[in-house]
Amino acid sequence: MAVLVDKNTRLIVQGITGREGTFHAKGCAEYGTKVVGGVTPGKGGTTHEGWPVFDTVHEAVDKTGANATVIFVPPPFAADAILEANDAGVPLIICITEGIPINDMVKVWSVLKHSTSRLIGPNCPGVISPGKAKIGIMPGRIHKEGSIGIVSRSGTLTYEAVYQLTQRGIGQSTAIGIGGDPIVGTTHVDALKLLNEDPGTEAIILIGEIGGTAEETAAEYVKQHVKKPVVGFIAGQTAPPGRRMGHAGAIISGGQGTAAEKMKALKAAGIHVVETPAAIGETVARVVGKA
Amino acid sequence: MKIHEYQAKDILAKYGVAVPHGEVANTLDEALEVARRLFSGGAKGVVVKAQIHAGGRGKGGGVKVAKTIDEAQLYAEQILGMQLVTHQTGPLGQKVQRLLIEETAAIDRELYLGIVLDRAAAKLVFMASQAGGMEIEEVAAKDPKAIYKAYIDPGVGFQAYQARELAFALGLKPAQIADAVKFMMGIYRAYIETDASLLEINPFITTKDDKLFALDCKINFDDNAMFRHKDLKELRDVAEEDPLEVEASKFALNYIKLDGNIACMVNGAGLAMATMDIIQYAGGMPANFLDVGGGANQQQIEHAFEILLSDKGVQAVFINIFGGILRVDTLAQGVVAAAIKTKVKVPIVLRLEGTNVEEGRKILKDSGLNFVVGNTMKDAADKVVAAAKGAA
Ligand SMILES: Nc1ncnc2c1ncn2[C@@H]1O[C@H](COP(=O)(O)OP(=O)(O)OP(=O)(O)O)[C@@H](O)[C@H]1O
Ligand SMILES: [Mg+2]
Repeated sequence: MAVLVDKNTRLIVQGITGREGTFHAKGCAEYGTKVVGGVTPGKGGTTHEGWPVFDTVHEAVDKTGANATVIFVPPPFAADAILEANDAGVPLIICITEGIPINDMVKVWSVLKHSTSRLIGPNCPGVISPGKAKIGIMPGRIHKEGSIGIVSRSGTLTYEAVYQLTQRGIGQSTAIGIGGDPIVGTTHVDALKLLNEDPGTEAIILIGEIGGTAEETAAEYVKQHVKKPVVGFIAGQTAPPGRRMGHAGAIISGGQGTAAEKMKALKAAGIHVVETPAAIGETVARVVGKA
Repeated sequence: MKIHEYQAKDILAKYGVAVPHGEVANTLDEALEVARRLFSGGAKGVVVKAQIHAGGRGKGGGVKVAKTIDEAQLYAEQILGMQLVTHQTGPLGQKVQRLLIEETAAIDRELYLGIVLDRAAAKLVFMASQAGGMEIEEVAAKDPKAIYKAYIDPGVGFQAYQARELAFALGLKPAQIADAVKFMMGIYRAYIETDASLLEINPFITTKDDKLFALDCKINFDDNAMFRHKDLKELRDVAEEDPLEVEASKFALNYIKLDGNIACMVNGAGLAMATMDIIQYAGGMPANFLDVGGGANQQQIEHAFEILLSDKGVQAVFINIFGGILRVDTLAQGVVAAAIKTKVKVPIVLRLEGTNVEEGRKILKDSGLNFVVGNTMKDAADKVVAAAKGAA
């Protein structure tokens, strides 16, 4: 089993005719995801790389029966693209776009939080259920089908964790990249909840980074609800305070959200916290008895 | 993007928010000229204020009140050119290259106003406190209840009743309430229309004759929104930034200079932070944070490499790439080209994984250059720390 994406996923790509959109639409299709079409306003009625292109998301959903969309629209137009997908009732909206103005996301979230659609991202690598389907930009071939669920704010760090597992012959159920921005549609807690309730997930890796308090909230959730083993890592233990480290979210303010505090909260929740990213794979192997 | 206090106050003035009379000065002569003008305009005193992109200037000796023109000259001489150290500048401090000379205000009360994003609520929050002035950070840490908050619904925006509630909570006099509402509405509009990510007025003061002023103002802009604010881009003062960071930003590279001797080049902010962590875990110190991003091209990699090596303290380089979108062969080509161009002397340790990794490794091998390859992140970290020690 897996969560969010699987063999039943029917995917459209918003921004399918762009360079990124084209490249990754092909990547998803090659991995086995059912890509059923795309949206580029003004290019409706044409086909692109064999896929039908529509002017609006509404039309794309009507004609293809899509139940998921992935957004590769440039930052100035991405908030609009998310709202359009939501209005068309797409149940799963995955926004890869990096660099959306934060005030745009404040507006988007004020609508999406009342919606039945789920948003993943923005500024995320996407979601993959190895052996079934992937929606996003992650390299598919480093994955292996299995039973470890992963939730992470950081793309390349997720790849690192996945790779360490696969090299040990340990597969993954679903890897969810929730994105590094200050406002994301699916939080650590939301993703943990999905993986916790998934019978196909045996253990969970939680990867966080400095800034905000989402990891602390996640720790609280694990303490209360999660019986499966959880392995945690926090990036940015040695980042100097007050400096920005790339993700808008990675800001330490007034002592809140430091790596030390987060690691303490994770440990207190019974999570197996690793000090270096290199230890993620071996620790998972140990807790699931495959060392 | 950060701007100076004097620039922030210009913006406030455009939104009808009262600020003291004052002007920026880049030289001593200019400072004296502004001070004379303010005194002859009836000012009882002037404040000489260091303009740097950091707070805590008052405590660090960068804000001084002068009663006479001679005092103003003395303070301007002291502050202009000084290396101002505050809790936000780091131990080396920041060189003061500009002054704001402004009229002193007859302060009755020092209050605090600020707007920021509350990430957990995913809403902007308007904050106010009676404990304005230079101790606000300690107050906020010790007594969170001393900060009044109004959450802003993005659909309708900040409302007058919210401003009134904050104004009453601040204990303002009835005669000041209407002005305070106008004041707060003005700063809210300034925040929204400039796509700020932080707007803070500390202190927000009342005077003995019931007037309200912003005596200090810090505004940061959301870098992601700068595409719709060409005019605000011009407020950037590169003299306030690290020269290498400025250089990196020209090539859309996310670089932050640090104090260690092991340069690192990584793709992705999370992996970049984790790489810094593992270097320290292995007993070394990172010289920088550098995220080349997901879609870097060969030129960007070359520039990134040059920037890393122009840091004279660097004794070894650690390249840790997990190719997703960024293909490992693209990276390898960039690194080889840059290594030849810069005639690099320090050892380079690479750890490469992901898309087209075999092609990438072959390019490194065929280059004939002396690269060290690490098999895992841990192995590479150990090797680069050893290499840096050998060079020291
Ligand atoms: N125009 C003025 N008239 C009178 N006093 C002033 C004036 N400007 C500043 N001050 C005094 O100097 C103090 C420090 O100035 P200011 O707040 O501008 O700098 P700062 O120390 O960098 O601020 P922060 O600590 O908030 O970062 C103020 O709290 C106020 O008491
Ligand atoms: Mg101040």
